[in-house]
Amino acid sequence: MTHATVPRPRETPARRVSVFLSTHPRARLGLLLSAPLFWLGIVYIVALVLLLVTAFWSVDSFTGEITQEWTLDNIVTVITGSLYQTVTLRTLGVALAVTLIDVALALPIAFFMAKVATPRMQRILVIAVLTPLWASYLVKAYAWRSVLSQDGILEWLLAPFGGSTPGYGLPATIITLSYLWLPYVILPIYAGLERVPDSLLEASSDLGGRTWPTLRLVVFPLVLPAIIAGTIFSFALSLGDYITVNIVGGANQMLGNLVYTNVGAANNLPLASAIALIPIVIIFGYLFLVRRTGALDNL
Amino acid sequence: MRLSRLSRTMLGVVTGAILLVVYVPLFVVLVNSFSTSTSLTWPPPGFTLEWWGRAFQSAGAMEAVATSVQIAVIATIVSLVLGTLISLALQRFEFFGREAISLLVILPIALPGIITGIALNNFFRTIMGVPLSIWTIVIAHATFCIVTVFNNVIARLRRQGTNLEEASADLGGGVWTTFRLVTFPQLRSALLAGGLLAFALSFDEIIVTTFTAGSGVTTLPIFILNNMFRPNQAPIVSVIAVVLVLVSIIPIYIAQRLSGSEAEKR
Repeated sequence: MTHATVPRPRETPARRVSVFLSTHPRARLGLLLSAPLFWLGIVYIVALVLLLVTAFWSVDSFTGEITQEWTLDNIVTVITGSLYQTVTLRTLGVALAVTLIDVALALPIAFFMAKVATPRMQRILVIAVLTPLWASYLVKAYAWRSVLSQDGILEWLLAPFGGSTPGYGLPATIITLSYLWLPYVILPIYAGLERVPDSLLEASSDLGGRTWPTLRLVVFPLVLPAIIAGTIFSFALSLGDYITVNIVGGANQMLGNLVYTNVGAANNLPLASAIALIPIVIIFGYLFLVRRTGALDNL
Repeated sequence: MRLSRLSRTMLGVVTGAILLVVYVPLFVVLVNSFSTSTSLTWPPPGFTLEWWGRAFQSAGAMEAVATSVQIAVIATIVSLVLGTLISLALQRFEFFGREAISLLVILPIALPGIITGIALNNFFRTIMGVPLSIWTIVIAHATFCIVTVFNNVIARLRRQGTNLEEASADLGGGVWTTFRLVTFPQLRSALLAGGLLAFALSFDEIIVTTFTAGSGVTTLPIFILNNMFRPNQAPIVSVIAVVLVLVSIIPIYIAQRLSGSEAEKR
């Protein structure tokens, strides 16, 4: 009886490294993680922390150079300045309005997709909702600029009924931002509704639950984390936006515009950093509020 | 809960109406690209092909497309490598700080672009003293593109399990051979999907880009933004917009094909 032997692999350096890695899983993990952590740690985390630090520096008014001395001036300016208070409130208002509108629009469409549409219809609807996501952000904002313009299609549609376009301003900003983020809100809610088993709805109906009580007492609590996940997108994206408000917002400014002017024209990075802390604080506050709901697992 | 016929129909109508509103603005841009009006007048006063001709002869637009493609390609390659490494680490290992790292990957896309933008602007200019250029854009884009690759690859790794890799190891395959002949072929379509998304994300990005672009660097979104408000250039922007939407059908089609063939396999 002869034994077929497995040929011994040749002893190359690559082979030796391979053997070492096979027997040392921690080394394997270290090798996998080193490059991405180096990148994200150095480029991103360090940059974010330094942004925080820069907010406590100041700019020399003569030379325009940044002086690295600790000062609370920027923070005080941002908290007490009436301009910053007004703009913060305006930005928050826009972000809240956009979020409410998006949830109100996303709920029926997501429910129809998940629970009413046939499988074929469902696939078509998912594509229909996803396709605008691939169209460029600027293209969509620009499209609304032309829709809302004084002699645009909206004016043309509404004029016979005595209406008129809202023109460029905050309402236009809210409409455009709602439009831009709608798919981001629909998708998590749709995924959340998909996970609600039909059997629960039938059980509720067998026990005499009518449509509204079932929606309120069975469906809503199950989908709430998904809804909140959707609101995180629309809220956070609206808080930081400054391009849409430039395109359709008329002369209105949001927090992003103040940051932008201070980075560019005013060349005051410390003040810009201090202003940027406002949306950071608001977003982390919101994430902190909703973390118990399990929304973060639905992102 | 049994929905009445009426409420089903109502839901359908609402869904249809919302989708209609979603597509009207894109349709308006398409029509405007053929309109003789330079000020977005509706209904269009006349038909012309002038803008389409001028858009394809516009040196600025073509240069901007080339710059954007170049940035998106490099950023995509970097994010493919880093995203794959990090998803292998997080899916195949249990270790302290795993949750923190997965949050770290999502953070660049979860925080508003303006924060990522100003943080990197501050990092490059004030801290490192590096002048902004095309490379600072690449670094910024790669940072937020990692997450799209990560999401696709980790979902695939979770589904396919480790059986085949263990079989390969049992048969004498080393770490490299197993990755090359077993793991990588299984990841290929996930990498393609993630890479496409990363490319699209980078190609379209404007907010982080404006903060990290050197003074002479014009990506396509920057070009669009600069020309949108110029009456004589606005219709050309419409043309570019239409072309962008048409071109984006290709990745949607590929992504659908990929997820379709995935569904058949299961």
